[in-house]
Formats: sequence, C-alpha cells, structure tokens
Amino acid sequence: MRLELRGITKRFPGVVANAGVDLTVEDGEIHALLGENGAGKTTLMNILYGLYRADEGEVLIDGSPARFEGPGDAIAAGLGMVHQHFMLIPVFTVTENIVLGNEPTRGRLGFLDRRRARRKVEELSARFGLEVPPDALVEELPVGVQQRVEILKALYREARILILDEPTAVLTPRETEELFAVMRSLKASGRSIIFITHKLKEVLAIADRITVLRRGRVVGTTAPEQTSEEQLAAMMVGRAVQLIVDKPPAEPAGPVLEIRDLVVRDDREQVAVDGVSLEVRAGEILCVAGVQGNGQTELVEAVTGLRPISAGTVRILGRDAARAGPRAVLRSGVGHVPEDRQRDGLIATFTIADNLVLNTYDLPPYARWIVRDEQAVVAAAEERVRAFDIRTPSVRLPASTLSGGNQQKVIVAREFSRPIRVLVASQPTRGLDVGSIEYIHRRIVAERQRGVAVLIVSSELDEVLALADRVAVMFRGRIVDVLPAERATRDLVGLLMAGARPEEGAAAGG
Amino acid sequence: MAERDDPRREPGVEVLPEREEARAAGDVVAREPTGFVEIVTGRGWRETVLVPALAVVTALLLGALIIAFTEPRSLEAWGRAGRDPLGALATSARAVGAAYRALLTGALGDPARYAEAVRSGDPAEIVRAFGPISETLVVATPLILTGLAVALPFRAGLFNIGGEGQLTAGAILTAAAGFSLTWLPGPLLLAAVVAAGALGGGLWGAIPGLLKARTGAHEVITTIMLNFVAAFLALFFLSTEFFRRPDRTDPISKPIEAAFPHLLGGSLRLHAGLLLALAAAAAVAWMLNRTTIGFEFQAVGANADAARAAGMSPSRTYVAIMALAGALAGLAGANQLASVTPSLTPGFSSGFGFDGITLALLGRARPVGVVLAALLFGALRAGSRSMQAATQTPVDIIVVIQALVVLFIAAPAIVKGIYRIGARPARAAGGPA
Repeated sequence: MRLELRGITKRFPGVVANAGVDLTVEDGEIHALLGENGAGKTTLMNILYGLYRADEGEVLIDGSPARFEGPGDAIAAGLGMVHQHFMLIPVFTVTENIVLGNEPTRGRLGFLDRRRARRKVEELSARFGLEVPPDALVEELPVGVQQRVEILKALYREARILILDEPTAVLTPRETEELFAVMRSLKASGRSIIFITHKLKEVLAIADRITVLRRGRVVGTTAPEQTSEEQLAAMMVGRAVQLIVDKPPAEPAGPVLEIRDLVVRDDREQVAVDGVSLEVRAGEILCVAGVQGNGQTELVEAVTGLRPISAGTVRILGRDAARAGPRAVLRSGVGHVPEDRQRDGLIATFTIADNLVLNTYDLPPYARWIVRDEQAVVAAAEERVRAFDIRTPSVRLPASTLSGGNQQKVIVAREFSRPIRVLVASQPTRGLDVGSIEYIHRRIVAERQRGVAVLIVSSELDEVLALADRVAVMFRGRIVDVLPAERATRDLVGLLMAGARPEEGAAAGG
Repeated sequence: MAERDDPRREPGVEVLPEREEARAAGDVVAREPTGFVEIVTGRGWRETVLVPALAVVTALLLGALIIAFTEPRSLEAWGRAGRDPLGALATSARAVGAAYRALLTGALGDPARYAEAVRSGDPAEIVRAFGPISETLVVATPLILTGLAVALPFRAGLFNIGGEGQLTAGAILTAAAGFSLTWLPGPLLLAAVVAAGALGGGLWGAIPGLLKARTGAHEVITTIMLNFVAAFLALFFLSTEFFRRPDRTDPISKPIEAAFPHLLGGSLRLHAGLLLALAAAAAVAWMLNRTTIGFEFQAVGANADAARAAGMSPSRTYVAIMALAGALAGLAGANQLASVTPSLTPGFSSGFGFDGITLALLGRARPVGVVLAALLFGALRAGSRSMQAATQTPVDIIVVIQALVVLFIAAPAIVKGIYRIGARPARAAGGPA
C-alpha cells in the first residue's frame, strides 16, 4: 500500500502547524518522521488518522484520494496507530485488549468467543514474531510487551501502514532492539511503517527514508546512508548543534551528598531502594543510570525529603536530610529538577512568573511578612526568562502555554537561580528536543564548574554518557556498579542496566 | 463540542502548536493537573461572567414558565386555550408579570413608594420605603459568609459541603457565650459572641481538614456527616438545662444578649453584620490574591504534588483552609443569633450553609462573585415573600429557580449550547479556522 500526503496545511488559531507538507510512504518502507517537539509531526499524523481535517491538501492511498472523517475510516483504509501513551485497558487480558471493539462472537446473542479470540491472537503473534502472553493482564506486563500488544491490536485490524508515535521513548536499549526486529519483520511482510521520533541514532539504524519537519514544513527527505547525526540535528533545529557537551575534566572536592545503606519503600510498601550507598562530591556529576522503575524515583524522593526512608541515612552538607522534610532540604541548598515536570515541577495553571518562585515565594524580596510583592516576582521572572532563554511573549501567561522544552527551562531557571550546593535532577531532558537538550546539558555542566555536587538520574544512555563523571547503574533497587566515565561504555552500561552482574558485564564490555 | 469548550482556547492565551498537538492526541494534557479548581473558577470572561449571568437569566425564564403553568388563573385560561389561545397567553403573561413585579418590588422597593416618601418629606417614611432593600441585605449577610465558606476551600481544591454544620457549631458556641457572658459590657459581649461563632465553626471545620490530612478521608463525605452530627449536637444541647429557655418545653435556647447595631435606625432590620460579612469577603480576597498563604492555598489546589515538591505542606494547608472556612460559616451563625433570631432552635439556619454551595458556584469561587451572588439570592428570598403575599405565587418557586441556577452552572454546556457561546465559524477540526 502506497500512501501519499500532498500539500497538507493545517492552521490553528495563531499558528500554522503544517504548511504544505508532502510525504510519500512506499509499500514496505520504514519511513522516519523526524522533528523537534512542536514541529508538526503529531498534527500531521492526526490528520492522516482522521482526528483532524486538513485545511488544504489531500491524502492518497494507492493513487486514489481518501477522505477520513474519523479514526474509524482510517482503520478501515488500513492504517494503524500506536500512540505514545498506550490506549490499553490495564485490567483486561492481552487477548481482550487486542480484540476489543472487533470481537469474535458466537451465537445469535453475540457471546464473546474467547477461544477463537485467543487463537487469532496466537496466530498473529506467531506470524509477526511478536511474543505476548495471551492470558496475562496488561497491567502486569513490562512496557515493551504492552507496546507489542498495541502493535498486535493494529495488526488484528489488518493495518497495512503502522504509525508508531515515539515508540522508543519508554523502552530499554534491549527492548528497542527487539522493537526494531519486529519492525523489520513487519516490513518484510510488506507493511509500511511511519516511525515518529526525535532520536537520531535510531533513525539512522532502522529507517529506509527520513523526512525532517521543522516548524510545520518539510525541510528535506533523505536516507540514512546519505546523512549523519550532525546533519539531521542541524536540519531539525535550523542551525548547527553540538551533540557532545564540552566538559573540562572534573576537579571534585569533598563529599557533599552522602547516602548510606538507604532503604526506601514505594507507595505499595514494597522495598524500592534496597541498601543504596552513594557519595556525590562537590564539582562532580554522578549519573544514576537504569531502566525506569528500578527505584530511581524513590531514591530521588528520599534524597529530597519527599518520601520517608525505612533505613539508612542521607546527609547533605553533613546534615541529616532524610527526616528534615522537603522545605528544609530545598532551603539547605538543594536544587531539584523533578522527574515528572508536569506533575511535580510546575503548576500548569499558574503564571510563568509564579512558577519561577514556586519554592521561594515566601522569602524576600518576593514577600514581606505574608504579603507578596508581585512586582518583585515579575521583575525577577523577566530577568530569568532572558537569562535562560525561555521563549514566551509574557511572564504573566500560564505555564501551560509553554512548550515542553521551555517548561523545563522554567524549572531549571528556578532551581539554578537559588544559591544551591547540590543539584538533584531526574530525567532532566526527557521528551525535549535537541536544541533544549544541548542548552540544559550546558547549564548543568556550568553548575558543576561552580562546585555544585550534581546527581543526575537518567534512563537515556546518551545523556548519561554525555554528562557523567561517574556512572552508578541501578537495577532492582540496588546499585549494581559505579564506573568512572572512562570505563562507562555504551555496551557495558547497557548490559548492567539490563541486570547483568558486574563481572559478566565487565567481561562482555571489555 | 469538546473543541469549543476547551478553556485554553480563550482569546489572549496563545496556543502553541505542540500543546495543540498534545491536546488532540490526548496525552500530555490528560496528565495535566487541571480539573476541579479550574472547572469551578472558570477561565476568561465568558466562563466567569457570561455563563453565570446567563444561568440566572435562563433560570428566571424557566421560572416564568413554571409560574405560567401553575398559577390558578393562568391554568384556568389554558383550559380554555382551544377557544381563546391568545387570551390564555395574555393571562399567563399577566400572571408572570405580576409575580415578577412583586418579586422585584419586594426585593428592591416600589418606585412609587420611594417617590411618595420623598414628596411627603417625612424621614421615617423615606426610611420605610427602603424596607425591601434592607430585607434583601439582611438575608444576603449570612449568605455572603456561607458562600465564602465554600468558595475559599474551592480555591484549594476542597469541596466543603459542611457549611451548615459549621454554622450550627458556631451558633452553639455563640449562643452559649451570648447568654452566659452577660456580665461583659455590650460591645465586648458582641465581640465575644462573634469570636465564639468563628471559633465554633473553625473547630468544626478543622475536623474534616485533619481527617483528610492524616487519613486521606475525603472532605465531601466527612463534611456531610458532620452536618448531621452538628444538627443533633445542637438538639442535644437544647435539651440541657444550661441552654434551654426556662419558660419553654420545646427545644429553644435562651436568647443571646448581644445584637449588631442597626444601620438605618430601629425601624429597619439592616444591621452591622453586613459590614462584618463584607469585611470578611474583602479579607478573603486579599488573602487569596496578595498573601503567601493564599499562594499556598491555590498552589495546593491546582497541583498538590508540585506544591509539596516546592516545600509547601498540603496537609497543613487542608487543616488551615477548612478551619478558616468553618470560621466563616460559624460567623454566619453568630450573625443570625446577633440579629434576626436571637435564640438557637433546631431549624434556625434555614439552609444558609447549603445555599453557600450554590453561591460559591455561581460566584465562581471568587469573593466578589460570592457577594454579588448573595445579594441576588438575598433579593430573591426577600422578594419572594411579597410575591407570595401579592400574587399567591408560592415562595417555593425561588427554591426551584435556585436549583436551576446550580444546574446550569454545574452543566455549563447547557447554557453555552442555548446561547451559542464560544461557537466559532467552524470547528477547529473542520473547516478553516
């Protein structure tokens, strides 16, 4: 099936999300759609999937115009979409999720034919090499398997073209490899894939052709063998981008953050951090690498006073921090860039100015006694918006009007404008575009140069390797190994993240 | 519909393409901590001013329909509508006109009477002409306070259904102070009963706050339950020697010996409680908009997780805000005892605490809005009495109108649909925007 988008234009009040976009996806092709956040990738796919109607332009399938009034039409025409956030029902089984909406029935009353449903799922699963446990509840499956269920859902509806929206954002390196294998087998069976991403390495690894979008326009279409990471990044951002942070050698001083035998439980009272000891010295960056959900969240929450600890100690600048509470920790000189910026980092309905003083609102000059000084808040905000290059027409707009990258800059600006001695940052660049990542990495290195002790938690290998002076790999609540930057190779850290023992890892890596 | 109703589509709020995309895909936005506070407070002038105003207008129009089809003479005319449809219509129109005219003069006064009073030059007569307005304000006073008692927690994401119980708790303490501390000189006694009302309500309000902070118990459930507890507690106290009026066998307390001074002379009931209520509204507005406390309240309401990560304490905020809300409702109780109903009785509140919910919703959880809404409801309540007297239209019609107002506020899509608010030339997802 050959898909063609011609001259697609879509305007929203005040912005043009897509401007005359042409895109052709050949039969049996993996076509990568690359672009920064806000470049118009998702809008384009929503038009293709019938969620939006284009203001101009047309969609052609095998040369004849197609008109989709909604996702139903798109599915009927052979399109399938795997959303970034899965559309699965956690308490249903894999089979139930796959057949939902198109269930095989028996009898005149239309009873669900579970046996036939299960057989169909097994058949599909075997045909495309997508292994899933048909009777397991979706909520009990790892993310990578859930994603396979989503893909099977599309295949069950006989999709000929699959749209994968940022499919690797939630996967471990190994799961990504598995996904790529699946993508190759789908391609071999004649299906086409539109692969949306902003990760350059992956694009070069899997795509047949690459189309780059910037500000709603197609910048160019190219193929992996004709391009490089640097060139793609420059196409996305519109200028040359430095992919590797310039970093003078670390000159660490004494320990500032000391974690000893820390045990922390998660919300379900399970041990999430299991006897972790770490030490971060002034002027060094320690990265905790690991696949999400291995206790990093709880570790950071314990360090910042947000979560009670079950055993062990956390000392910041020699003082017991674990029992002091979040405010005392913040005020003792800890900067915190939380993992989930939407949930913990910002108040979306508050203005940018108020978000910039979210943890200093009660201190002078922003307040005297209990009376807030709005002018001081706005003045400080305007200065920070300039200093940190936050793109907004006004600091009095709600933070929700900012793009993800600019929201993260608000948090970074807020934390870095306080006199901090320790920086704790979780997934500081998750979901951000190349330009913002470059910027935030530079600021973090600058903090380290000032003598701040930096603790970074990241599941992005690229980020860990770019920033870390030392890498601590976390797996199932424990620190598997701590490596100096020179020894932390991509392969070795990747293996340790997947749970390999240090000795095996060292053997395989070295 | 969903496209039209999106609050973020207000003019003046720039919509960045990424957010637009995310919204359409339903990902980032779904995780955004919007919701309750935003729904209650509304965004942009359409949701904060236009929708409430139209909700009231629509409710009054529907009220007119109900009058047209329940008023006896109008009904009778409709019985003959086959022969005389125009006559039936005219009779209904007359009935509605008469009822609403009586409502209006009962609430704001009769222009003819004002004119006559001025002509007569008799100051007493002029004051009497202001009687209806005085009554409106007297009814509005406790409504302002109970409305604030619901509006304030709304801003922190809490739904206080317990205004009635907090009012009662405040009234119990007010009554006790008002007839036992009689050795205090007048102004001090008044101050004492007002403080007692705030204290009683505040303590009663702090209970659900504490329960939420400590155990996570939802305040909607606990405040509803505490309403019953307070009501029966009052009944119990009224059966005690200490509270009960010696000369009576029914549950009624000794009258309190403090009263707000009248503002326009003894012939009108308007009293200084109104000034207290307005001062409370101003204080709440100041606190919310200008102080660090208000900042914390709203931060916790908008996103408790982020507030906690920024070093605020949501638990402490819950207790503080519910105690403050309770104190406001308790003031309403004190206000009633120190003015129109000096003795505590089981039914003495006449539902002011519950009306507070309507008022807070109608006033969009803003102090100014609550004051305006309370004035409106005060007018409806005061006017309905003269409406019933003049036209036999039952006062209950006002209860129906109040209920309709809540309905239209709670389901703004109805009002927006009727009046085509926010309708764009074409759906954003459809034709050219």
